[in-house]
Amino acid sequence: MTTLTIDGAEITVEPGSTVMQACVQAGKEIPHFCYHDRLSIAGNCRMCLVEMERSPKPIASCAMPAADGMVIRTDTEQVKKAREGVMEFLLINHPLDCPICDQGGECDLQDQAMAYGRHFSRFDEGKRAVRDKDVGPLIETIMTRCIHCTRCIRFADEIAGVEEFGAVFRGEHMEIGTYVEKAVSSELSGNMIDLCPVGALTSKPYAFVARSWELHTTETVDVLDAVGSNIRVDARGTEVLRVVPRLHDEINEEWLSDKSRFAYDGLRRRRLDRCYVRRNGALEAASWAEAFDAISSAAKGLKGDQIAALAGDMADCEAMTALADLMGVLGSPHLDCRQDGAKLDPTSRASYLFNSTIAGIEEADAILLIGTNPRWEASLVNARIRKRWRRGGLKVGVIGPQVDLTYPYHHLGDGPESLATLAKGGHAFADVLKMAERPMLIVGQGALARPDGAAVLAHARAVADASGMVSDGWNGFNVLHSAAARVGGLDLGFVPGEGGRDTAAICEGACEGSIRLLYLLGADELGLARPEDCFVVYQGHHGDAGARIADVILPGAAYTEKHGTYVNLEGRPQRAYPATAPLGEAREDWRILRALSAHLGKPLAYDTLDELRARMVERAPALAAIDEITPAPWGDFGTDGAVDEASFASPIGDFYLTDPITRASATMAECSAAFVSAAEEARADG
Amino acid sequence: MTDKAGNGAGTFAFTPENRAKADAVIAKYPAGCQASAVLPLLDLAQRQNGGWISQAVMEHVAGLLDMASIRVYEVATFYTMLNLEPVGRYHVQLCRTTPCWLRGSDALRDACRDELGVGLGDTTEDGLFTLTEVECLGACVNAPMVQINDDFYEDLDPARMKEILRACKAGDPPSPGPQTGRQTSAPSSGPTTLTEL
Amino acid sequence: MLSDSDRIFTNLYGIQDQGLAGARARGDWDGTAALIAKGHDWIIDQVKESGLRGRGGAGFPTGLKWSFMPKEEAPGRPHYLVVNADESEPGTCKDRDMMRHDPHKLIEGCLLSGFAMRAHAAYIYIRGEFYDEAVALQAAIDEAYDAGLIGRNPCSTDWHFDVYLHRGAGAYICGEETGLLESLEGKPGRPRLKPPFPAAVGLYGCPSTVNNVETIAVVPTILRRGAEWFAGLGRPKNTGTKVFCISGHVNQPCNVEEEMGIPMRELIEKHAGGVRGGWDNLQAVIPGGASVPLLPKSICDEVLMDFDSLMAEKSGLGTAAVIVMDKSADVVEAIARLSHFYMHESCGQCTPCREGTGWVYRVMLRLIRGEASVEEIDLLWDVVGQIEGHTICALGDAAAWPVQGLIRHFRPELERRILAAKVGGDAAATAAAAA
Repeated sequence: MTTLTIDGAEITVEPGSTVMQACVQAGKEIPHFCYHDRLSIAGNCRMCLVEMERSPKPIASCAMPAADGMVIRTDTEQVKKAREGVMEFLLINHPLDCPICDQGGECDLQDQAMAYGRHFSRFDEGKRAVRDKDVGPLIETIMTRCIHCTRCIRFADEIAGVEEFGAVFRGEHMEIGTYVEKAVSSELSGNMIDLCPVGALTSKPYAFVARSWELHTTETVDVLDAVGSNIRVDARGTEVLRVVPRLHDEINEEWLSDKSRFAYDGLRRRRLDRCYVRRNGALEAASWAEAFDAISSAAKGLKGDQIAALAGDMADCEAMTALADLMGVLGSPHLDCRQDGAKLDPTSRASYLFNSTIAGIEEADAILLIGTNPRWEASLVNARIRKRWRRGGLKVGVIGPQVDLTYPYHHLGDGPESLATLAKGGHAFADVLKMAERPMLIVGQGALARPDGAAVLAHARAVADASGMVSDGWNGFNVLHSAAARVGGLDLGFVPGEGGRDTAAICEGACEGSIRLLYLLGADELGLARPEDCFVVYQGHHGDAGARIADVILPGAAYTEKHGTYVNLEGRPQRAYPATAPLGEAREDWRILRALSAHLGKPLAYDTLDELRARMVERAPALAAIDEITPAPWGDFGTDGAVDEASFASPIGDFYLTDPITRASATMAECSAAFVSAAEEARADG
Repeated sequence: MTDKAGNGAGTFAFTPENRAKADAVIAKYPAGCQASAVLPLLDLAQRQNGGWISQAVMEHVAGLLDMASIRVYEVATFYTMLNLEPVGRYHVQLCRTTPCWLRGSDALRDACRDELGVGLGDTTEDGLFTLTEVECLGACVNAPMVQINDDFYEDLDPARMKEILRACKAGDPPSPGPQTGRQTSAPSSGPTTLTEL
Repeated sequence: MLSDSDRIFTNLYGIQDQGLAGARARGDWDGTAALIAKGHDWIIDQVKESGLRGRGGAGFPTGLKWSFMPKEEAPGRPHYLVVNADESEPGTCKDRDMMRHDPHKLIEGCLLSGFAMRAHAAYIYIRGEFYDEAVALQAAIDEAYDAGLIGRNPCSTDWHFDVYLHRGAGAYICGEETGLLESLEGKPGRPRLKPPFPAAVGLYGCPSTVNNVETIAVVPTILRRGAEWFAGLGRPKNTGTKVFCISGHVNQPCNVEEEMGIPMRELIEKHAGGVRGGWDNLQAVIPGGASVPLLPKSICDEVLMDFDSLMAEKSGLGTAAVIVMDKSADVVEAIARLSHFYMHESCGQCTPCREGTGWVYRVMLRLIRGEASVEEIDLLWDVVGQIEGHTICALGDAAAWPVQGLIRHFRPELERRILAAKVGGDAAATAAAAA
């Protein structure tokens, strides 16, 4: 430990701490702009200057290692003057256009100018103007406001792994940007907006939309992938106007993927805000009573065996509990939450969890990626792998598509045969895994959502066993999910019961007539044409693929409009909270199911959220411990069998368009055109 | 100043001869430290490319050194000797800093403007001359001075400045160095030291 | 006056052959192997005893700086000697002469200094504008390789040693040692935060020492003639010889090697032919390159040219570049031009320098014509104070000091101009009104 004196009081800090960290620990506020605890130290803003005994000049506390016996002062006239001086310099070329700046009200420069600046200007020269840059559909640039802290550059280089931002020219002409105009091609680019301490980088979709103090904020979780990123949803009235990350060190740290951040405009477009019933081949607006009547007539006389239910990728655990219970009372064993047909084994929790945990990635020293593009399937898992790689000493192997993951890897093969070879020790990377202290593998849905998925799972398990991935205190076997509902669905047993059909068999049954009533709970990714002899109920929030084939549409609530429980890929249950009321006549999903059950004469045994949640935990005890991970015991899973030759493919073809919300988002469509289509065209040209 | 029109135009690759020179430069630095060669390579490329660095040049050098393009842009925009726009065959760089100014650099500037008919930062219509003002070139005891391409012309006065420009125009630049017949940086009437050796 | 036999740079003006044969005739490369045989620490001790202080401007004791290098080479962390030949300090042109006229002193110095610090390679970073000088120096390096003086078994020793020349491309800030390292690594020359210092984390993250050309080039002579000889020249703590560059309003601007501590007046009058119009026509002198505060004639009359004497006058020896201004000089514009220089050469990374140098220049520009208020002189004093000491590197200080020197010694002149402009402006206004 290191002991130093700050403003006359001794303090002991962890070795390796900086003076700034020590000051903060001592309860001293140290103003700063360039320093950020998740980025490398730049020391360029000079706002954090403090006095150090025996140093003739004040020191940048962010960059100075704390040392034993140091005597630091943060409260002297010299420090005050230094801060005033730096503030003045920062402001002389800053436009002071706060009234028209989207950062106004949540601006570091504004706040610190109030706290540490002089309240007048002595600058009587012309101010600098800097041309704005077009860096794509997400980030608005007003570069005259830039204070050159270089946080965005460091974020792009270090965290996002896209070396596209830099400081060009020099002196007072130094500019931050890409130099050659181009869109910043990172799925994490929006974080630069949060990092920018001024209004130089702001959200383009949010431009001039609202002032921060007008917003009603709700702390909740994201469901546009399976990471479970913690978010804050900012709304005004019934409209979500902004989504920003919330700190959760074990999940998303303080980052958020661009999809999770910017898809919110999809929450107001193509929405189902009332019931519809298909009459004479066309969907017509209907009341709740009419819709429920239509369902009960369709259900009348059907045996349980003729009824089936599928849960979609954003279904909350409450709704899945209610739907599973409803199927139970209707006598149907046909239910599934695996829209993609992934051969996940619900009987062994360890077989479908990301057992190492996201934070656990930082302990790994060798990682095998199987049939996954984590950059698109779970951007922040990929960011965590990159973070680990930057520390050095990590080896990564990939079996599957070769894409830019932002860190180097050994490509071991394209498909299951390479995995089989590896499982038998027939590849040098097998030794890398064996020699590693904390080896891990990550198997994606691209490897499991295929006919030979169960055999692939068995091979993956064999690799895990052969390389000692599971030991005391470490489980290196990981499944990477891309659907927020998946782990919760598996935990709740939203899978075929005794003699029940899985997703493929349900769809087949619906087409050939053995399934006569199909209940889709937000299931839009089935690729199913409207079955002629099967009555389809779609409960959800967007007029997407599921609604198109429905006979009755029940308007549900989107994730920002309801209380819900989601279990992330690590198996960590988290609560979502409504930021706005459901749109129009839409209702929270479990309430719809509860009401429908009554209408069908088979009322579910709970009337309140608390009662439902008690039932939910009964079905899945792991869901009781909110924000905690219950480690899953290692067990048998996977089915030995032959594998195909076909290469693994990522389940995500377009990062920006993966679900009904993102498909309804104009922002996501723009991103898709700017990044995905453009890249494909470039490839085609190349 | 970003995304200059024309910067994207054209292609660039080192000639085989220059490529060999580039490889020799890269070999001066430890393995994995090839980025060290970026300045020498940009200089080499600028010479091959007629005196300036196009975007194609930067991309080529970035590729050769396995650097992200932005890292090369940062370098190319930082150093004053790397020209981001075409320059004339004779790049006349007038030193403007105090030691040269004290000895008449303003008069040299005026002489150049008169003789060439262009202002600072401009290139003559025939593409022969580009006139720029630069900061101290490090020949202060031979002030005032200018640099024309690689060479220093020292101890100038306006008349001699014009003569030099005319000679360049005629394709016959005079020998660089002091233009007064003086021995390099020694006092003009002869060394006051090193006379006993 | 220093006798020629005590001068180190005996071909300073390039009168003799700068090649290897000429260098040997002047005593270079004589008994180098024997010096190496005395060991790393002997060399460092000799340099310490000689009292040699860095010739690049800061005047830090060279031997002490060398002793910060690790005593052993750690695996995968080679030591580097980096020679700062980015001579860009306005007024300074001494390294240029050493490199083009006496290059073997530098190359031999690299070997001996590099060996002392357990380095197997030296990179000489020469400013890009010195093209012809780089050609000359490279020719000398090639000669030294061919003669077996450097490279494998240099001078028949077993200390492998390479010397590489690296050209810059136009950036004063690369003369700052960490800016230089950044540039040498292929980046913009934006100085690094210290700590860590280069001796711990330098070139390519390895232990490195950056020394000025002159510092390295005098080492072989010090070792050959003995630390006592060097220490016996000059004044205590300001020992040895120094190459001075005398520019500006003198009759015969020149470079000259003299003894440290020579009176400024003697230096100017003996070697540079005196001030134009005589000593009494002197207005001010910048004694150590653009970065140091100027001195008015009253101080110049008596001041000695060494680190401590000039420091006592709130100026500095810097690079020993003496910029002379006679009474015809517009001293305000002379300093304003330096303010322009620092604005132009600021790397831009840290706030006080990026924003402050431009502000200072613009105020200075107005002060040339007196287009300011008297209060703005105090504002300027305050603003340069906000730059000084608050930046990552010393460029901020360098930008501040010339302005501080001007205000300290020429405030009446600044006020006179402001008043004249005001009176002139009032008169013009009155005339306009009358018309």
